[in-house]
Amino acid sequence: MDESKLDVATCVEQWAVLLDLPLPPEYFPGVVDNFARIMAIAKLVNEFPLPEAIEAAPTFQP
Amino acid sequence: MTPGSEAVSIAAAVHQGQTTAQAIIEATLDRIAAQNERFNCFTTVTPETALKAAQDIDRSVVSGHDPGPLAGVPFAVKNLFDMAGLTTLAGSKINRDHPPADHDATAIAFLKGAGAILVGALNMDEYAYGFVTDNSHYGATLNPHDPTRMAGGSSGGSAAAVAAGLVPLSLGSDTNGSIRVPAALCGVFGFKPTYGRLSRAGTALFASSLDHIGPFARSVRDIAVTFDALQGPDSRDPVCTNRPVDACWPQLQRGVEDLRIAIADDYFAQGMEPAVATALEQVAQALDVSQRLVIPETYRARAAAYVITACEGSNLHLPELRTRVQDFDPATRDRFLAGALIPGSWYLQAQRFRRWYRDRVREIFQTVDILLAPTTPCPAPKIGQESMVINGEEILIRPHLGLYTQPLSFIGLPVLSVPVHHAGGLPTGVQLVAAPDNEALILRVAAVLEARGIISAPIAKICQGP
Repeated sequence: MDESKLDVATCVEQWAVLLDLPLPPEYFPGVVDNFARIMAIAKLVNEFPLPEAIEAAPTFQP
Repeated sequence: MTPGSEAVSIAAAVHQGQTTAQAIIEATLDRIAAQNERFNCFTTVTPETALKAAQDIDRSVVSGHDPGPLAGVPFAVKNLFDMAGLTTLAGSKINRDHPPADHDATAIAFLKGAGAILVGALNMDEYAYGFVTDNSHYGATLNPHDPTRMAGGSSGGSAAAVAAGLVPLSLGSDTNGSIRVPAALCGVFGFKPTYGRLSRAGTALFASSLDHIGPFARSVRDIAVTFDALQGPDSRDPVCTNRPVDACWPQLQRGVEDLRIAIADDYFAQGMEPAVATALEQVAQALDVSQRLVIPETYRARAAAYVITACEGSNLHLPELRTRVQDFDPATRDRFLAGALIPGSWYLQAQRFRRWYRDRVREIFQTVDILLAPTTPCPAPKIGQESMVINGEEILIRPHLGLYTQPLSFIGLPVLSVPVHHAGGLPTGVQLVAAPDNEALILRVAAVLEARGIISAPIAKICQGP
């Protein structure tokens, strides 16, 4: 992902519309901050190369 | 015999007619009335049904029936467990509008079946999304060892009620550390068994892929007898195991000579305050353990747990986020809203990574039976404290309290947080971790540590006395 091209606030605004999720203006900055945090955390998982054979467990067995 | 006594001692005294369940429950209700205001553990107390249950137990004893291994033992539950006839709050304002529960949660029913007596519901972070139990609707739960400090969360009421001696037993839930974190900060035992080992039916879920339930207590024996009473299949919980009950109580005294124990290194050896490291060393020395093992990619495991939690939790509450967002606790609201926007691919990648990480840990448990790790990076922080400095680095407290717990619940391992008390200081916790379904091994290790005086869970000093 080219983060220089990403406007997180716009993404949050548009995805919320897609989800039919109203975001009151007073909460919007906090949601953007939290989504930016999730992005940074998810990157650690998304960048890790997983073998194709690794599937999500439908019934998880620890 | 007081509410501060060990659960198994209370049950034995009730069995033998040395006291009555009614006397125990009356004393418990008096103690809650006198002390709860100091710590804000309980959100609901149920004196009428508790006293009636006590009378039933006493009649059973008099008539020669076995009232069960927890006869007359008072217990309380995090307020996300259904209690028949009461509305399940799950720490929220929104759920006050829900109808009362028709049935007790399975875990409550199992404990009642063992003779235990439910006395009320306990405070928590809203919808279990937090590590502090500082709830805007129901207030903060204070740490009985120092009421200027947080109890931890999200099962903070459950840990603090046991630490204060209000009840000898309680139940909580743990998705990322919500049993183990408050257990460590409040200086009590907190047990998160294997994912699926205990039924969650009748509890308000948070992130189903990671949700567990488990007990808090002040002794290993009490944890063991409670865990045994909670085991059993339940078709109402789709992930609850059909494994036969493996009674841990009879195995407690088997010792640890045949167990391979190691210290979790690398990720689990960094970023803690000195008191936490000292506690871990004490436990390791008492067990004569020096071997260290690395679980790879653990920081990614924590990240994946974060993504799954945010995504599942937000999806669960999406209808209320759309219509009643102003009624959420500000401490959870923005996180839930942001979590609702997570792309599906990120979520699935996290679930697939979970499988990969599980496989690595399974390999490690081919060479070792028990791993030792710290529970939290620090003792209980001050109420309202936002950040702290560890090893020269400033960190945010709220998310960081789950640093060492999240990667382990992520793959459903059984973990007991055992309390280590420091002279003149606050307690800290050490996690005893085993391969799935090896709860008995954990409890054997804990029994040895308790017998050697390394771990203990005394009632907080300011709460001692009748």
